[in-house]
Amino acid sequence: MKLELRGVTKRFGSLVANDHIDLVVEPGEIHCLLGENGAGKSTLMNVLYGLLSLDEGEVLLDGEPVVFAGPGDAMAAGIGMVHQHFMLVPVFTVAENVMLGHEQTRAGGLLDLAAASAQVREISERYGFAVDPSALVEEIPVGVQQRVEIIKALVRDAKVLILDEPTAVLTPQETDELLEIMKQLKESGTAIVFITHKLREVRAIADRITVIRRGKVVGEATRDTSETELASMMVGRAVSLKVDKAAATPKEVTFAVSDLTVIDERGHRVVDSVSFEVREGEILAVAGVQGNGQTELAEAIIGLQARVTGRITLNGKELVGRSVRQVLHAGVGFVPEDRTVDGLISSFTVAENLVLDLHDRPPFASGVSMKPSVVREQASARVEEFDVRTESVDAPVSSLSGGNQQKVVLARELSRPLELLVASQPTRGLDVGSIEFVHRRLVEERDADVPVIIVSTELDEVAALADRVVVMYRGRIVGIVPGDTPRDVLGLMMAGVGQDEAERDAAEHPTTTLGQAAEGVIT
Amino acid sequence: MTATLTKPASGPEAPASADVVQPVSWRGPITYAVLGVIALMAFGVLAEGGRSSILGLSYSADKVQLAPLEVPSRTVAILLSLLCLAIAAYSAVKTSRGRRTPVWLGITFGVSFIFAFLCWAIAGTGGISLVGLLQGSLLLAVPLVFGALSGVLCERAGVINIAIEGQLLAGAFLSAVVASVVGNPYVGLVAAPIAGAAVGALLAVFAIRYLVDQIIVGVVLNVLVIGVTSFLYSQLLAPQQNVLNTPDTFDRLKLPLLGDIPVLGRVLFDQSVIVYLMYATVIVVHIALFKTRWGLRVRAVGEHPQAADAVGINVNQLRFRNVVMGGAVAGIGGAFFTLGSVGAFGQEMTAGKGFIALAAMIFGRWSPLGALGAALLFGFADQLQSLLGIVGTPIPGEFMLMAPYLATIFAVAGLVGRVRAPAADGQPYVKS
Amino acid sequence: MTVVTEKEPSPEPSEPADDRPQRARRGLVAGPAVLTALSILLALAVGAVLIIVSNPEVQEKASYFFTRPQDTLGAAWTAVSEAYVALFQASVINVEGSSLGQVFRPLTETLVTATPLIAAGLSVALAFRAGLFNIGAEGQIIAASIAAAYVGFTWDLPIVIHLVVAIAAGMAAGAVWGGIAGLLKARTGAHEVITTIMLNYVARFLVVYLLGLKAFQREGRTDPISPVVAPAAELPLLLGAGFRLHLGFVLALLAAAFVWWLLARSTIGFRFRAVGANPNAARTAGISVERSYTGVMLVAGALAGLAGVSQVLGTSGYLTAGVSGGIGFDAITVALLGRGSPVGTVLAGLLFGGLRAGGIGMQASTGTSVDLVLILQALIVLFIAAPPLVRAVFRIRTKGNVGVGQVSKGWNA
Repeated sequence: MKLELRGVTKRFGSLVANDHIDLVVEPGEIHCLLGENGAGKSTLMNVLYGLLSLDEGEVLLDGEPVVFAGPGDAMAAGIGMVHQHFMLVPVFTVAENVMLGHEQTRAGGLLDLAAASAQVREISERYGFAVDPSALVEEIPVGVQQRVEIIKALVRDAKVLILDEPTAVLTPQETDELLEIMKQLKESGTAIVFITHKLREVRAIADRITVIRRGKVVGEATRDTSETELASMMVGRAVSLKVDKAAATPKEVTFAVSDLTVIDERGHRVVDSVSFEVREGEILAVAGVQGNGQTELAEAIIGLQARVTGRITLNGKELVGRSVRQVLHAGVGFVPEDRTVDGLISSFTVAENLVLDLHDRPPFASGVSMKPSVVREQASARVEEFDVRTESVDAPVSSLSGGNQQKVVLARELSRPLELLVASQPTRGLDVGSIEFVHRRLVEERDADVPVIIVSTELDEVAALADRVVVMYRGRIVGIVPGDTPRDVLGLMMAGVGQDEAERDAAEHPTTTLGQAAEGVIT
Repeated sequence: MTATLTKPASGPEAPASADVVQPVSWRGPITYAVLGVIALMAFGVLAEGGRSSILGLSYSADKVQLAPLEVPSRTVAILLSLLCLAIAAYSAVKTSRGRRTPVWLGITFGVSFIFAFLCWAIAGTGGISLVGLLQGSLLLAVPLVFGALSGVLCERAGVINIAIEGQLLAGAFLSAVVASVVGNPYVGLVAAPIAGAAVGALLAVFAIRYLVDQIIVGVVLNVLVIGVTSFLYSQLLAPQQNVLNTPDTFDRLKLPLLGDIPVLGRVLFDQSVIVYLMYATVIVVHIALFKTRWGLRVRAVGEHPQAADAVGINVNQLRFRNVVMGGAVAGIGGAFFTLGSVGAFGQEMTAGKGFIALAAMIFGRWSPLGALGAALLFGFADQLQSLLGIVGTPIPGEFMLMAPYLATIFAVAGLVGRVRAPAADGQPYVKS
Repeated sequence: MTVVTEKEPSPEPSEPADDRPQRARRGLVAGPAVLTALSILLALAVGAVLIIVSNPEVQEKASYFFTRPQDTLGAAWTAVSEAYVALFQASVINVEGSSLGQVFRPLTETLVTATPLIAAGLSVALAFRAGLFNIGAEGQIIAASIAAAYVGFTWDLPIVIHLVVAIAAGMAAGAVWGGIAGLLKARTGAHEVITTIMLNYVARFLVVYLLGLKAFQREGRTDPISPVVAPAAELPLLLGAGFRLHLGFVLALLAAAFVWWLLARSTIGFRFRAVGANPNAARTAGISVERSYTGVMLVAGALAGLAGVSQVLGTSGYLTAGVSGGIGFDAITVALLGRGSPVGTVLAGLLFGGLRAGGIGMQASTGTSVDLVLILQALIVLFIAAPPLVRAVFRIRTKGNVGVGQVSKGWNA
């Protein structure tokens, strides 16, 4: 089935998210939609899938124009979508999730779970998914959850499969498996639209590439196009793929974690006897695929985790068991993973957000009484310093773009003298300009002799910034290696392979193009 | 704390069981121990000796006659308290080993404690009828069950229904008036859900269409219904009692064979049609919610509306229908206050039962059968309090009246964190 | 710094619900005021329908509607106008009064009735800003009344001190009653809607029980009524013996000023607002959510306690079972109408105080049940909360976002 978009336009108020986009996807083709965060790729696919209504333009299937009032229509027409944030009900089983909206029933509307399970098993075997229909979705690993999403689409006879940023949460191995699955689907005639911002994947698998920037199509390419060329098409200017930094000059060890164990609410040991040290003047990156305990490690340092055993010392002071407030006042700066949920209060102004943790200390307050004029003065200074684009310091922080919001969080943390900076996924969801800014500030902080810990799932970010790397897998440390360790080795370690073995493995089997495709973000 | 993507337990594969450390709280054994000691002291050791407690087991009109159970109060109370303490000890041992205390043990504890309390409370008096106690408990639970079912229907779809109180009251009002005017309680019973559904529709419109906060709408609707029913009562019902406010009530209908079972038969199968309607509703809702296509979609909408939307389900329409349906169910429960018991409508006669029904729903983990169980518990507490008042026990009347409400506080405080509401409960669904 | 980053929406989907309370409170002045006025009008219209439907005269005339429709319509108009005019006369000014004092008496009655509504309304509004529903104002008022009355009629202290101690006792008792719910929420996560409502019932039974005890009984009376509080413990009258307006009104206004300062200028209020807007971000910034919940319920309880104090030490002078008289629930509607701001709460309190005072007079002179006022209040709030509905009825557009929006977070928050 041939899919064509002609002049598709979608506006949100004054913002044009998709600007007269043309796209053609041939049957049995893997077509990549490439663009940086915020370019409009997901919006375009949501329009195609019927989740959003289009303002102008048309969609054609096999030459016939179609209109989708909702996802139901799109699915009926043979378009399936695997969303970036999974559309799975966590408390349902795999079979229940797959059958939702499309249920097989016996007499009287009673569910026929047996038939649904059989269907899931059949597709699972055909493509080698190894998915158990009676498993609860919230208990299966992320890679398997993604396969359930794919099964959902296949069960409805999808002829065009849209995958929205599918590799963000996968280990390198799982990414390889996914790319294999995509090839199999392509062979059976399914067209695949693969949305991503990762250059290596694109060059490994794409038949054709369409590059989108600021809502417009800026060019087409094939997998032979070079990475640098693709990058500059995506961003619109020459992009240096490296961060400019001087060599690190680490000094004293001021921060140490020793035998740290964190148990979550369900009773699982998500951080398991972790120990490492950080020196002043170095950046330590905690690398690993999402969900291996790094998030909980960062939260434990700041004091947000309840069940923590072991020791965390900063300049000799013990941090375990202290409240968040005490840890912050001890000189720890924290940039949380999810800025809209944990970092900022959307309805508060920029100025109020900038004093969220210091609101009751001088000069912002004396005793119980706050000083709004001082707050706003300081806020103006910070906004200047960090080049935050906002109407005024009294504007609600929700009116800022993602990049500017992250700058507000950074500005807040960096506005007081720090003994340690912890930044979790500092550039997630940011556009290139903001990414460059954040990286630069982190390096500046390091050069001011502050120990910096970043937690990142993006290997390129780790490679660019880290002086040393701690790789985590299933809550444990697989190894602590220097920042210039080859990417292949890091990738294998992220999958749990020990350092020595990883080094041997990488030497013996230099990465295939598929393996290389497993990582990659432009910096 | 939060993740934009669904997180696995830990890492790409499920953890080995050795990784998992189950948190078992000491709240259980401590509560058992404290209550056990209270039972032993207050009901047993410090009680007057030489008195006996009489528990009637059947009425004179029953086919099968059972002699009343007469026991020495102090002795039996002590024995039962010791049983409670034994359970407390066992629970402590289990908890120290990191294992949970099984539920049936908790139920046994509860039953023993209550009987120990009863022994003490009715010692030396004429005794109480067990049949009367159970029968009354079931009756008092009826509006709670209907209210809780209403809550389940709404909240499983993701809408919080605080207006259960108003729906009960509206049902009580309309059923009384219609039954009185037409002269037939069955017609009144048909009117009750209509009143409840009207209130439900208001809740749905304001919460789903106009996106007003659901708890606020619920609270305001309760005030509105109280206002309207009280106003119409003073203006219309009171001056014209005979025409508008003297409905016939439902007689008890004894089911053949089933109704003759000793003790339980009387309790379960010798009730009015509203009670039988309650049994049917619980079963129907339970099957519908967990075994049918409709139920799957409802639960999906309540847990993850985006996922439901992504497969083409109309989230807000489904929510709307469920809320109106929930209102209707609560309306039937309201008819119990009038047609199922006293007959005439009185101002604010639901006296907060709607809120206790909410607590029963939470206690019952948003499942119809669970709600039934929880409501029966609350009904039992209520009935116990009123029987003891008649019999004349040492505790002042007002404290007994407080008991169901205090029990609700304990239930809610003790349970939250261990129960999971539907994930999208209370959040309106807005499509971009 | 080379790339110009234009303002684009963040790539993550933004939560529409999170924004609304704050945006609602910042609505332009013209928008909300006009909307409020229209909502009141609409509510009065619905109320008129109810009056007509339940009026015996109209019913009688309606039986021969088709032969002489003007009789029915005339009766209907009379019923409605009489009721509403009586409402006005009893709440604002009595144009038929013989002296100046009599003419303005209704206004003073409105202020007396508004006093506890303002105080309790502040209680609910403050809790709202911290993300909590204080449905327990009723119980907090009762608790405070018990304590203040007891101190008032049992102890014997010198003149100003007795009053101060009684007020303090009352507000402390209210604080404790509210604090229980706050503590339960903080420690166990028990939802405050259920706990506060349950505590209301407990308080109601408690006061009945206490009024049966010797210590609380008035000499020579067998009905549940307490002794009158000592004169030294009474709130002084503001306009002399002819009027019921007492110091409580001033205290309520002072309380409103305090709440304003608390929310807008204090560090504690900053934390309350942060926790109310986004508990996760607040926690990450080092704010203790649990302490804020407990703290705000303590203050809210004390504010509701002020309402109870003003009733028992000012308006009546003694304790009865009906001391709270539905003020607790009215306070919720006051807070909603005031949209959570102290100034709005005062104005809303005055409006609903007027309706209440007027309602009593309306019932006395026309026989229309005072429950009509309750209906009007609920309707006004519903209409305020749903601007699109009012807009649709009146075919107008409003400026700014004026709805009440989303406050609650479900049972597991």
